[in-house]
Amino acid sequence: MAKKVFQRPKYLKKAVFHYCPGCGHSIIHRLIAEIIEELDIGEKVIGVPPAGCAVLAYDYFDVDMGESPHGRGAAVATGIKRILPDRIVFSYQGDGDIAAIGTAETIHAANRGENITTIFVNNGVYGMTGGQMAPTTLAGQNSTTTPGGRDVKRDGFPLDLSEMLAIARGSVYIERTAVNSPKNIMRTKRAITKAFKAQMDGLGFSLVEILSPCPTNWKLSSVDACKWVEESMVKTFPLKVIKDEVEGAIS
Amino acid sequence: MIGEAAVRAGCRFYAGYPITPQNELAEYTASAMARLEDGTFIQAESEIAAINMLIGASMAGARVMTSSSGPGISLKQEGISFLAAMELPAVIVNTMRGGPGLGNIAPAQGDYFQATRGGGHGDYRTIVLAPASGQELAGLTRKAFEYADEYKTPVFILGDGMMGQMMEPVEFPEPIDPRSLPPKPWILDGAKGRPSRIIKSLLLDTSVEEDHNWKLTRKYERITREIARADTYMTTDARLVVTAYGTAARIAKGAIKRARELGLKVGLFRPVTLWPFPKRALVEMSRQVKDFLVFEMSTGQMLEDVKLSLEGRSNVHFYGRPGGIISTPDEIAKVINTLYHRQHLNED
Ligand code: SF4
Repeated sequence: MAKKVFQRPKYLKKAVFHYCPGCGHSIIHRLIAEIIEELDIGEKVIGVPPAGCAVLAYDYFDVDMGESPHGRGAAVATGIKRILPDRIVFSYQGDGDIAAIGTAETIHAANRGENITTIFVNNGVYGMTGGQMAPTTLAGQNSTTTPGGRDVKRDGFPLDLSEMLAIARGSVYIERTAVNSPKNIMRTKRAITKAFKAQMDGLGFSLVEILSPCPTNWKLSSVDACKWVEESMVKTFPLKVIKDEVEGAIS
Repeated sequence: MIGEAAVRAGCRFYAGYPITPQNELAEYTASAMARLEDGTFIQAESEIAAINMLIGASMAGARVMTSSSGPGISLKQEGISFLAAMELPAVIVNTMRGGPGLGNIAPAQGDYFQATRGGGHGDYRTIVLAPASGQELAGLTRKAFEYADEYKTPVFILGDGMMGQMMEPVEFPEPIDPRSLPPKPWILDGAKGRPSRIIKSLLLDTSVEEDHNWKLTRKYERITREIARADTYMTTDARLVVTAYGTAARIAKGAIKRARELGLKVGLFRPVTLWPFPKRALVEMSRQVKDFLVFEMSTGQMLEDVKLSLEGRSNVHFYGRPGGIISTPDEIAKVINTLYHRQHLNED
């Protein structure tokens, strides 16, 4: 008898992703939906999508979803979670959303130890608006607003937001992963699972930063975009567990 | 006072950021929420964070409130626009101070336009309530939460520093247990035994956005029909009617008493809802009154609504003191007296 080994996860709607071919968002959406099913929290999850390429995430996840103004995901998620402390609340945010316009909301949510989970998708550009410099654009990397590449003297340095959040005393788990290879995708899945579990155990703020290809704005093929993550991005944003106060505490 | 009234109205979520002259409200609410098992008070990192926390808590079904003053209210406008667009209930208290810019911390009424015209981006309105006494403040705070829920829209309580400092005996309405309120069938609380829900404001399809705009407009028209309200004082035989709200109306009332002692037939028209503006009642009054004196603690903002309502039916005069100056009743009585004679209202 034939066994189905690959199917649409229960918590993804029957909709076609609008994401570009080779975009990391599609993979990350699938991972989150799988995890929601595996942890059996589909009836308890409330997601907060960002402004940016993933603004339409509510058209894909088949769970309750509430829109946030640009960058305010951590504040909106805070409001939901404080009213419904036994639900699982996550925000889904891009690099411009979380590390530029929403820096304050994010750092303070982490510092208060809000018991929420943030999925931070880092592709080093403003995707939706057409490839402008993001806070995480690498030194020398091209963008539509950094002629000749990001010049750190003129445009500043890429921001290590996750490391900053790790300093905040209320954060319990912060890991940086990538979705450019099967190995890294599995590692990302483990990280998100752990982040959700930390929240389910009431431990505090958890975040997974995911280096994610944006072939369109990087002007690379899907394959080359995955390579570029490995060859360039990880040098500035190394893949690692940045903070883990969960081990031992998790049930 | 608002803090107590809010908690009694079933408000269980407050987020705010310190700003003078309204810190007593936040401080009171902090202790009140701490005494409640289900109360949340968050001192947010910014006005922006505070209003966005309200968005989340309102999505989750709670009665929510924030408070601030001019500069802080400006920062909240992004979130208020989202609340209006996503049709989320929330109560926002603005204790107005002198402005623009940092201005000062004295009582003023310069935020009328900001409150009644929408304030943030896009086609929307917010309900604006303007109490003039402690007792009314307590009652209108309850009303604010009821309107917010009923019409699924943000509601402003517009006061000033004078109101914040008022010491008057007040009778509060009986407290409500939020669990006894009717359930909201639209909230986000996890899709258990029901299809998943989305609360959003992004409507990329222009015809869908247009439909949404008209839907909101019809709601605003309904609100205008149902809640526009004004209070009057000694208007039955009045030849001159002072139009003022909030603290300015209290001052005007004192001035009218003095003018009456001099035999001048003067009354007061006091809008209680600034948006919707009580246009019908004012037009009704203009059948009998040919001279209105608008008095505001600003350079003239409600003045525009009075003129728009009357459409030239009566003479509209104006006296204002912006910048945090509080006129005395004597000062206004003099203005009334001069105007009364200039318009020959003393002649038969
Ligand atoms: S622009 Fe980039 S981030 Fe946005 S959908 Fe396309 S590939 Fe993905």
